[in-house]
Amino acid sequence: MRKAFINGLITENPTFVQLLGMCPLLAVTTSVANAIGMGLSATVVLMCSNVAISLIRRFIPDKIRIASFVVVIAGFVTLVDLMLKAYLPALSQSLGIFIPLIVVNCIILARAEAFASKNNVLNSAFDGLGMGLGFTLGLLTLASVREIIGNGTFLGFPLFGQSYRPAIMAILPPGGFILLGLILGTVNAVKARRKKNA
Amino acid sequence: MLRDILVIAISAIFIENFVLVKFLGICPFLGVSKKIQTAMGMGMAVTFVMAMASALTWCINHFILQPCGLDYLQTIAFILVIAALVQLVEMFLQKMLPGLYNALGIYLPLITTNCAVLGVALLNIQNEFNLIKSIVYGASAALGFTLAIVLFAGVREHLEFSEIPEALKGFPIALITAGLISIAFLGFSGLQI
Repeated sequence: MRKAFINGLITENPTFVQLLGMCPLLAVTTSVANAIGMGLSATVVLMCSNVAISLIRRFIPDKIRIASFVVVIAGFVTLVDLMLKAYLPALSQSLGIFIPLIVVNCIILARAEAFASKNNVLNSAFDGLGMGLGFTLGLLTLASVREIIGNGTFLGFPLFGQSYRPAIMAILPPGGFILLGLILGTVNAVKARRKKNA
Repeated sequence: MLRDILVIAISAIFIENFVLVKFLGICPFLGVSKKIQTAMGMGMAVTFVMAMASALTWCINHFILQPCGLDYLQTIAFILVIAALVQLVEMFLQKMLPGLYNALGIYLPLITTNCAVLGVALLNIQNEFNLIKSIVYGASAALGFTLAIVLFAGVREHLEFSEIPEALKGFPIALITAGLISIAFLGFSGLQI
């Protein structure tokens, strides 16, 4: 259980190690608030779909398993979408079509196929939680860098004095690509150094 | 009407490019862009799927979901239609163009989970386009995707032979390159039409 959780959060972090779910990662990280909203929504969907798929894994015929997984996932995404619209309309507005697009987030289908369809319910739930929070961590990292550089704020609070001129490029699309490239490069460099020392 | 269509097409291809500005379809963009030829094939397959999906999802939404008050089933219905459509394209390519089929490999069935396809279906409805506008939007968004992926593949073919810092090799340098191409596309954002 603990292993499944840590595995998703760090060792096989979906963003930094498996490089999955790049579209929402780049699209919603213009502010930290959006990133947290997206990360938690995806975590909820991931946990629910992992549990549901693990429960029905013995009844799904092998040939149509992917289609069945997608329908289960789409069901939970619709649920989350409607909940957000009802209780957090502002967040729902700013995430836009990226909430329904959680359906096609590769992380969720990948976990359904690789983990939930082969493991018991409890382990699948923790795997979903770990992977979801790992994804949130990835979103949070990129969003923090982008919001601090591009807007001079963190979660909306100004960090620097009046004289700070934000580099808007970081919030624009190119900034997302370039900063993510640099972050992944840093992760690689740290990993290489660790390997050398070990 | 013609003017509207032209505006939709140009803004979907250049000003609001799906990959470089809207961040839809990043996975195939990074995955199948090592050679220009496969990039082109992927672009064509996606264009076909997106144009067809736009037409089909619009009809389903307009004639089935809306009259029955089942709007909330949009996501589920659309993803199933798209999955079936991709299966069709896959069978067609396997039979007719086996070379391209093998080159696209795992990324062909993955068009189902290409968020650009589901994205365009949802955006058509959000923008309240009619049937013709939806198809034009779908096709031109996909052409924008093709343009971006072919340009990117061209750059990446050259990257193979250049010296890159060890830590940036592979994925990171690809992202930075995409960022630079995206800056070029940002130049269109001031365009008034």
